[in-house]
Amino acid sequence: MTAADIFTVACVVAGGFFFLAGSVGLLRFPDALTRLHALTKADNLGLGLIVLGLLPQVDGVFAALKLVAVWLIAQLASASVTQLVVSVIRRDEDAA
Amino acid sequence: MAAFLTASAAFVMAMVALGLLRVLRGPGRADRVMAVQLLGTGGIAALLLGGVGGGLWAAVDFALVLALLAAFAAVAFVDGARRAGRPDP
Repeated sequence: MTAADIFTVACVVAGGFFFLAGSVGLLRFPDALTRLHALTKADNLGLGLIVLGLLPQVDGVFAALKLVAVWLIAQLASASVTQLVVSVIRRDEDAA
Repeated sequence: MAAFLTASAAFVMAMVALGLLRVLRGPGRADRVMAVQLLGTGGIAALLLGGVGGGLWAAVDFALVLALLAAFAAVAFVDGARRAGRPDP
């Protein structure tokens, strides 16, 4: 178990923990906005930690950059989509 | 190490399956979209873990595509929600 492996195990376990937190938050939180908050924050952090943990396992800079690109796109997509979904939540609340 | 990565990919998918319960229970339609969003993000994480763990580099490209499609799915939902009642252009 080299240092890189230990680092990978630590980061991936932390990432998995945040996915667990996101899923539990999605199920347990009382209303839509808090669920959205829990989901978005925890999952992006989980994905970021998993990508961080996978970096030393990847041979070659290009593959590492591709992993970071995946995480970057997921971040940008999640941020913008969250704003859109909040507009729908607000609309549903006003309609209700 | 490969076994650990594949096992953590399975764990992430289990979390996603747990989160998908919200699709059944979710009172509002926005909750259901959130669960689909979780499926997208969790799917990306599981793909990356499984890809790097299994040595299958195509999975990383597939995760890239899934990241885009997850965003489009949510945007399509929002567009449909805003267009409720009015005919499509």
